[in-house]
This record gives sequence, structure tokens and C-alpha cells, in this order.
Amino acid sequence: MANSDLANPALIEIDTVRKSFDGGRTFAVRDATIGIAAGAFIAVVGTSGSGKTTTLKFINRLVEPDSGEVRIEGVRVGTIDAPTLRRRIGYVFQGIGLFPHMRVGENIGITPQLLGWGRPEIAARIAELLDLVGLPRSYSSRFPGALSGGEAQRVSVARALAARPRIVLMDEPFGALDPVTRDALGSTYRQLHERLGLTTIMVTHDVQEAVLLADRIVVMRTGRVLAEGTPAALMADAADPDVAALMAMPKRQAERIASILQRDNAEAPHG
Amino acid sequence: MDERIQSALHLLPDYLARHVLLSASALALGIMLGLPLGLWLVRHPRMRWPALAAASFVQTIPGLALLALFYPLLLGLSAFTNPLLGFRLPALGFLPSLLALTLYSMLPILRNAVAGLTGLDPAVMEAASAVGMTARQRLFRVEVPLAAPVVMAGIRTAAVWTIGAATLSTSVGQTSLGNYIFTGLQTENWIFVLFGCAAAAAFAFVVDQILGLIEAGATERDARRIWFGAAFMAVGMSAALVPLMTPLLAGGSGAYLVGAKNFSEQFILAELISERLEGEGASVARKEGLGSAVAFRALAASDIDVYVDYSGTLWANVLGRSDAPESAAMLSELTTAMTLRFGVVLLGPLGFENAYALAMRRERAEALGIRTIADLARHAGELNFGTDLEFLSRPEWTTLRDAYGLKFQAQRSYTPTFMYRAVDSGDVDVITAFSSDGRIAAQGLVVLADPKHAIPSYDAVLLISPRRAKDEILKRALTPLIGKIAVEPMREANFMVDRDTDKATPQEAARFLAHAAGLPER
Repeated sequence: MANSDLANPALIEIDTVRKSFDGGRTFAVRDATIGIAAGAFIAVVGTSGSGKTTTLKFINRLVEPDSGEVRIEGVRVGTIDAPTLRRRIGYVFQGIGLFPHMRVGENIGITPQLLGWGRPEIAARIAELLDLVGLPRSYSSRFPGALSGGEAQRVSVARALAARPRIVLMDEPFGALDPVTRDALGSTYRQLHERLGLTTIMVTHDVQEAVLLADRIVVMRTGRVLAEGTPAALMADAADPDVAALMAMPKRQAERIASILQRDNAEAPHG
Repeated sequence: MDERIQSALHLLPDYLARHVLLSASALALGIMLGLPLGLWLVRHPRMRWPALAAASFVQTIPGLALLALFYPLLLGLSAFTNPLLGFRLPALGFLPSLLALTLYSMLPILRNAVAGLTGLDPAVMEAASAVGMTARQRLFRVEVPLAAPVVMAGIRTAAVWTIGAATLSTSVGQTSLGNYIFTGLQTENWIFVLFGCAAAAAFAFVVDQILGLIEAGATERDARRIWFGAAFMAVGMSAALVPLMTPLLAGGSGAYLVGAKNFSEQFILAELISERLEGEGASVARKEGLGSAVAFRALAASDIDVYVDYSGTLWANVLGRSDAPESAAMLSELTTAMTLRFGVVLLGPLGFENAYALAMRRERAEALGIRTIADLARHAGELNFGTDLEFLSRPEWTTLRDAYGLKFQAQRSYTPTFMYRAVDSGDVDVITAFSSDGRIAAQGLVVLADPKHAIPSYDAVLLISPRRAKDEILKRALTPLIGKIAVEPMREANFMVDRDTDKATPQEAARFLAHAAGLPER
């Protein structure tokens, strides 16, 4: 995996970006550099305040860096008109942010509509996306207020994919969901990522989720990139003790669950 | 049916139509200014406090005062527009009322627009940017629809306030449902007062309910209710405005504007003048309930065409004189000064005088041995003085006070009706009665003699605006009134309207007066 990444030219290059929200006294992001290959599923992990969300928002210009730049296919995003750029990039986030005054179908179809697609084309795309995220087509005429949290997040994923973006940005996308829904939606999305050939950058504070879904993990702390690598590589050997502690957690959990399962099997009465 | 209810109903279509036109225009203007300003304030947080504070400040000015302030303001503006741009702004009637009410309606619209647009869910706002909306698309597709319920609630509040405050526009010469209230208060026609209150309240209630329907539609995103409400509103407004369209369609634009100050005699004389003009085939509109100073300035500016004023009032208040020559000398000097200084034609005296006269209840005056104002001055320290609303701020009072050294225990101002009540009940001892008032005799009041002639003559005179100075119809209609109205029938006519029982309307009193003056009946 690591080798093939090196072989591919990076689709997205985040190049020594820096951002301060208080006039330079502290930095939310400090000289972060990340290269993301086409088709990759990257998870950016870190505690809150580590700068991971800000880094994500540089890509679709929801936040502008003070210095450094982000390039997509070698083009600096700062040179692309922000609304045009954003229509080409899917975005899913924790707050869900569905438009409460628009029906589910209108929510999903908003970016195609802004791009000037024809009505029949949009309607067909809405139906296709509801199928894709596993919601009944009848949901198209509902208002977001009538949806459960999991359903709303599926609509949010559908909306992000509507205009057939190649890149999808996700900010704690499944953070507010119950564990079962979260797991189901995570694996649904991972399948979509493969099928549609997407490049996904997901910000999460949940290392286990990152390990289970992503091809590569970027660990951030106080605005800097601490480590980057495949989940397996980071779990096996991390130079930084913090990274090692962080990556040890899912492994430890997995081992404990495995031992519980073994013990239960051993103690279970037979007959 | 009671005749007063009938006459109230007869006036309703015109009053309501003008009330609807005024309040709807003010509200529409308030929305057109308030919403964009609200949007701008959302984008410029630093300006928010000053703008909202200014709107609150305007709201704290009493409605009546705000209306009154626009009169000198527009007159002042006209002083610039006339020489520079060649037109005058009408300082009375629709324009000042519209401007004052528009300002009045701004606060709730502005405040709710700002509250509605700043209180939106930040996640939804970020989503709007993230799906690729431009700032403009975000505004119209997301922010405005989501803020609509709060904005509508503000418009609803503004509508109710505006409709209520529009009743006050009567005082600057704009006809509204307030005419019932102002006229009713002056002539003690309580049916009129109640009718005016009820009509304004009912109108406000209906508008509030319809806007409530639209608001509910906006909150629950139910387009049907919004359209229903809008349709109701459009149909209702069009129906109410029909009475205004008919004269317009008939092409009656050159109507004569007859003015009247705010007491019964003025209402009766305005009716008499109107009937004379209508007898000549002219169309007439009335502007009643004007303040004393407002009336003359309105005439000089041709905002009204004709009204009756009193020589002493013009002498002291308009010419600023403090001497008191005898009647004929004053009249001839006034006639010249009016033409030279204002282009106003003083057509002539009607034949009676309505002077300020200090009056007391007979038994009270006799008990104290007061016959003259000089006697009064000796007892003034223990007496209470009741005046109409303007007397104490008029130059005549200063002259009178200084001539006799009057210093009362207390001074109170009333509307004329309540002033007579107050002397009758003993709340005050001396009042500034009007010499042509029927209530002097009816209430057993004595008028105190003025040995020093400190109070000037107050001959009732017909005044004509510069615009109509050479108007033949006006001259033909009104010249027969000159010198024909004696004080006795005038007193009787006033008393017909002012008395507590068996009240007559100003129209009926005017007909009585015409008959007494030997004018042909129509």
C-alpha cells in the first residue's frame, strides 16, 4: 500500500499550511503537510484542538490558510472560485446541516441544482442516491425533521455524493450516532468509497473507527502532523510515544474482546 | 337607528379607505426599508447597536408628537425644494403621516429581521456554503426562508402598531378612523368616539389574524396558508380602497380643501363653507381638527384652501403684535398684512366675535365680589385657572397676565369640552371661555370685564389660500356669508352640538346657521 502511494502522484497536496485564529499568538494548524493519493481513504485523528477540522476545511476553502497552500491536481485551490470548488467536493459533517425547510429530495439535489442540471436528471439522481445509501425512495418527500439521526446522516452522505464528486471530506461524520448505526453507516460508506472510486478524507477522534475504515491514518497534535502511515504500520511501530499510546488502544481493545469471547466460549455450559 | 350611528356609518367607507391606504403604505414602506436595512445590519455587526437604538428612540417619541414634528420638518424642506427643484412638499395630510408611521413601524421589523437572521443554526449555514452556494444563493435559499417566521412576527407587531397610531394622523390633517375619535371628543359625541375605537380595533384585529395565518404558514412551511393569507389581504384591501377610486375615476381632482381647527364652532363653519361650495357645484374635501398654528401655516402653504380664523389670534400669533387696537383698525391692518406677507386673502368678517373671555360660575363670582379681571387679580392666589390646550402658550396670555398681574394658585389645561366640565364641577374657578360659546349662558357663567382692554378683538374672518386667491367659485360661494352671522345664532348653533342631551351634528347646526343668516336652503 505504502509503495503504491509513492508511485501515484498525489491528488491533493496540503503544503505547509498554517492558521491562527487569534492574530498569531497560537496556531490552530502549524506547517502541516499531507499528500493524499487518488482513491485513498485517509483518516485524520487527534484530540479536539489538534487542528484536524481546520486542516480539512482548507481543502474546500471553508477556512483560508494564513500561509502555505492546498493544491488539487496541482492547481492551487485559492485560485478557484470558492462556490465552484465546493460544488466539486462532497462534504459531510457532524452537525449534519440538512436544510430544515427543504424536503429530503431537495436537500440531496441541491448541488446538482446549483450546477444547473435538468429536472429529470436531478430526480433520477435523487432516486439513485437514496438506493445507494439504503433509504426508501418515498423518503424523498419528507422533511428532515421527520428523520432519525441515522437516516438524516444517510441523507447527508447522499447530498455530498449528488454531483458525482471525486473527493469527499468528512468531519466526524458518524460521531453523533449510536454505535450500531455508526458501524452500519461506516461500512456502507466504505463500500461506496470503493464502488464510486472516491478519494475520502475523514476527520475523527475515534481511533478505532479510523483503523477499521481508513487506508492511511494521519495523527495530529497542537496543529502539527505527528505521524502518518497505514493503520497496521502505526499500530506496530510508532516513533512518538503519544502516537504509540493512541494506536495501542484499538489493539488492546481488540485483544480484550478476543479474550472475553474465548473465556465465554470456555465457560459456556455444554448441554 | 340612532342618527349618530347612521352618520358614523355614512362616513365609514371614506374614513376606512383612507386609514387602510395610509397604514398599508406606511407598513409597505416600513418593510421595504426595514428588511434590507436588517440584512445590512446582519452583515455589519458594528452598526447593529446604533441602528437598533435609533429605532428604539423613535419608538419612544409619542405618536402624536412624531406626527407633529414632521409638519415643520416638511415645511423646512419645502423651503429648499421650492426654489431649487420647483416643487413644494405637502406638509399636511398624507405625506407627514406616512413618514411618521413608517418610522414608527421600523423598530419591530428591524429588530425581528436582525434576530431572525442572526439566530440561525450555524451548522445549516456552514452546510449552505459547503454545498457550493454563493453568498446571494445562501441568503435567498436558506437564510431568508428560515428567518421568515420571526420576520413575519415582527411585521405583524408593526402592522398592529401602525394601524393604531394611524388614528392620530387626523391631527395633521389626514383623514382616518381617528376623525371619529377627534371629532367625537370635541363635540362629546361618545358614539363617534366608540365607533372610531371599535373600527380601528376591528381593522387591526383582522389584519393581525390574516398576518398570523401567513406567519403560521411560514413557520410550518405550508405554502397554501401563505397564499390564502396573501389573497385575503389583497381582496380585503382592494375592497376597502374602492371608495377612494370612485371620485378618482370621476375625475374630481380639483377639490376645495376646507380646514377646521379642533372645536365645534370650527366644525360647524367648515360644514357651512362646504355646503356653500357644493351649492356652487364644486367638490369639497375637509381637513378637520387642525391645531391653531398649523391651520394658518397650512393655508399660507395652500395645503388647505379656506378656513375661519379670528382676528386677535392672527394679530398676536401670526403678526406677533402685543397691542390691542379696536376691531375695525385691526381688521384693516390685518387684511393688508395678510396679502402682503403671505398672499392670503382675508375675505371679510363673518359678523360675530369669538374672543377669549375669562368666565366664572355666577355664584362663585358673586360670593367673592369679582366683576372684572382687576377684581380677579386680587383673589387669583387662592383660585384655580382652567384653560384650553393652547392658551397658556399664546402671547395673549402673557399680555393679559402682565396687564393685571395675574398669579393663580394652579393652572390646568383641558380640551374645550372638559374645560367647561371642570368649571362646572368646581375643579377650577376661572376658565378661558369663548365668547361665542352657548355653554356660557347654559352653565350660568359670568364673563369678567376687561377694563384695560388687554384681550384683543377676535372677529371671525374668512381666509383664502394664495392658490385660490383669485378663485371665482370660492368668492361667489362665500361672499354672502360676510357680516351675516350674528353672535346669537352662532352661540345657539354651538350649543346644539356641545350640549349633553339631544345633540345635533355639525351638519345640522350648519343648516340651522344658514337658515338663521337668511341664506337660501339647498
